[in-house]
Amino acid sequence: MISSEQLYLIAAAALVTIGFYAIGRSPNLMRKLLGINVLGNGIFLFLISVARPPGKSDQSPDPVPQAMVLTGIVVAVCATAFALTLVDRYRAATGRLTLTETDDYA
Amino acid sequence: MSKWLTRLFCLSLFVGLSLALLQLPNDDARLSPAVTRQLDASGVSNPVTAVLLNFRSYDTLLEIAVLLLALVGAWAIGQPRTAPATLDDAPLLIVLRLFLPPIILGAAYFLWVGASAPGGAFQGGAILAGGLILLLLGGRSPWLRRPLLHRFLLILGLTIFLMLTVLPSFSGHAFLQYPPEEAKIWILMIESAALISIAFTLTALFLGGPPRSPNS
Repeated sequence: MISSEQLYLIAAAALVTIGFYAIGRSPNLMRKLLGINVLGNGIFLFLISVARPPGKSDQSPDPVPQAMVLTGIVVAVCATAFALTLVDRYRAATGRLTLTETDDYA
Repeated sequence: MSKWLTRLFCLSLFVGLSLALLQLPNDDARLSPAVTRQLDASGVSNPVTAVLLNFRSYDTLLEIAVLLLALVGAWAIGQPRTAPATLDDAPLLIVLRLFLPPIILGAAYFLWVGASAPGGAFQGGAILAGGLILLLLGGRSPWLRRPLLHRFLLILGLTIFLMLTVLPSFSGHAFLQYPPEEAKIWILMIESAALISIAFTLTALFLGGPPRSPNS
């Protein structure tokens, strides 16, 4: 039986993988951007779940990783907003939301 | 072919990451005790706020700078946006009248409560930004018609933060060091200025490009 800490860590690895897959496979820029955000959230989940050492649930969690995640969320919001502007400009210039002419990477 | 290669790669990434994360050493190399030891000197009782605004305040300083930088970037490359025209939509006006006062109160509450419980400038700023976006969508965005005032509000947080953290270094303090007995009031001043700038920056990023006044 896996503990809830281990479940969080596996979920973090899953989020990072899903985000990575979306960045690598999806031709759509908006999906790539969503993928970056999902990947980032996997890292946040990892940081938050290691803030409290396993088996010491009575202890208050380490505030430093929490502060890092708070900073990370704000930076992710900034980067996403800037990337959205870039995507919008790119679409205005090319009329496409994909980097290639075709819709498939194959 | 490349599709299956990517899937294989992602599968091994997932398995490898999971194994690596599950085998993390469970040692006591943590910063929690150090934070607890110094908490009394930080001016606040919430350890997360103490880390963000005192022990690692350069993180927060650069974070506010990144927020401003994202907006500068968005204004530099984004297409000029016209602010929505004034709406005389009765339900929207009711929503604005009902929700704006509690939104402002909520933002102020989150700013104040950050000293002792989860909260702070970014949480309060995000709530206030929600109210400002409601105003923007209703066409009631007077700050967009006053470019100088708008820019002043956008840089207020970074300016106050820099002034309060650089000035003490001329009187013998270290960079980003607050006088310990006045730490609380300094953190409150920095966070209040930051809250206003965060709210207006997020609203400007929501607009997505440099604002263009309707009459120009």
